[in-house]
Amino acid sequence: MNFRRTYAIVLRHFYLIRGSIARVMPLFIWVVVDIILWGFLTRYLNSVSASSLNFVPMLLGAVLLWDFFMRVMQGVTMAFFEDVWARNFLNIFATPLTIAEYLSGLVISSIATSMIGLVFMLVLAMLVFGLSFAAYGLLIIPFMLVLFMFGIAMGIFGCAIVLRFGPASEWFIWPIPALVSPFVGVLYPLAVLPGWMRYISYLLPPSYVFEGMRSILATGNMDVTTLWWGLSLAVLYVVLACCFFTGIYHYAVRTGLIARYSSESVS
Amino acid sequence: MNQTAELKPASAISVLAARGLQKRYGAVVAADDVSFNVGRQEIVGLLGPNGAGKTTIISMLLGVLTPDAGTITIDGIDLAAQRSQALQHANFAAVYAPLPGNLTVIQNLRIFGMLYGIKNLSARIDDLLIQYDLTKFCKSKCGVLSSGEQTRVSLAKAMLNKPDLLLLDEPTASLDPAVARDIRRQMSDFATYGGGGVLWASHNMTEVVDVCHRVLFLSHGKIVLEGNPKTLPEEYGKRNLEELFIAVAREPLALELV
Repeated sequence: MNFRRTYAIVLRHFYLIRGSIARVMPLFIWVVVDIILWGFLTRYLNSVSASSLNFVPMLLGAVLLWDFFMRVMQGVTMAFFEDVWARNFLNIFATPLTIAEYLSGLVISSIATSMIGLVFMLVLAMLVFGLSFAAYGLLIIPFMLVLFMFGIAMGIFGCAIVLRFGPASEWFIWPIPALVSPFVGVLYPLAVLPGWMRYISYLLPPSYVFEGMRSILATGNMDVTTLWWGLSLAVLYVVLACCFFTGIYHYAVRTGLIARYSSESVS
Repeated sequence: MNQTAELKPASAISVLAARGLQKRYGAVVAADDVSFNVGRQEIVGLLGPNGAGKTTIISMLLGVLTPDAGTITIDGIDLAAQRSQALQHANFAAVYAPLPGNLTVIQNLRIFGMLYGIKNLSARIDDLLIQYDLTKFCKSKCGVLSSGEQTRVSLAKAMLNKPDLLLLDEPTASLDPAVARDIRRQMSDFATYGGGGVLWASHNMTEVVDVCHRVLFLSHGKIVLEGNPKTLPEEYGKRNLEELFIAVAREPLALELV
């Protein structure tokens, strides 16, 4: 593992973001939209609800955490798509760069961009709607770690899909968070889901985060064992996603996809 | 006119050894038992009609296409077993692989310099900007440069690591004659004084005669002819390399020594 080569991938992404307002704005725009939309909704629910439930940490906090997951995933895929859009695979993969170094570069790029979004979200949600992550205690750290790792796994999985099926398959990647969200109970407890959906939920690490988050807000504690399960699943998905990407890369090198990527298929 | 092809390779040590390369795409045979060497200080022309397998061979040498069979060693390092180390000794410029247009010249050179592990990178970039007359474009995005300027940036990238093996796929295709001549001279100087070997794919036969010490003619994925580009046409009863090329492209099996 050569860290200078990994740094080159990160630096490339930094140059692109620094030089383009079109890449800077999405780091903030959707965050602002989500916080404003869900912030006012929770404020309204607090005002009309007869219960003493505080919807701000319950709903706005959940949306913020889910946004963090999406930023992490998109951080990885966007850094990868830059090579897709610039048709840069031949140049990149004909260098001494290894797959581990390349993926590490994508992940570090994602950490940087998602952290910018997270800090901006937190500040906005705290200043305007009074949301504080202190409501979740120290467990916010493993919560975010699980979401971060699952975001990395989904991002790498998405990159592998686009590498295999060509630039047009970007379409498959953007809706992944929307497809996953009903199963992980971002806005509602898993208990409201039908049995077959709950079985899928148990396989998805964010389910344990959002269930745990609601449990803390309702009772002040949670079963930490379930969080370990979520964390283990997230680690497993990262490993599987890396193996999947590596397998697709070797397929692409064997079939000539890398050399003729824009053709989308060489079979 | 003839600049450097008169210079004989000073060393017979191979920087590239390809042995028994095979590649099929379904029923299409893109490379069929291809074996050749490129020596130090040698420029080898890779010639053949469209679809003959030149780009397939270059892709295999760059490690972006795995051969179905055969081995490739670059500077004595097995590409399949030690891909990263082997590619440290190689580089390439191809007309179909421009550098990202959304980065500036200097940003592209810095990133690829880091990927190739260049020491004293800033000084190396400064040298290359001067050598390829790119100083005034160093802060321009590559996408806004003319195709000739982009080619020069690709060549500067290809020279970042002073490669032992330089692969060029039609490097002068988009250059005006004056710049193309300068580039040919620079590549010849690189082989002569830098000690690297060059594999040069081209359809420009005048250029090939000008710079190449040896040529390989490909047809249907096979090397059908090999020799000195100055003497080879006469050996096969042709007036020049272009006539020989056309004969190889049309009827490779009908070629006979005279």
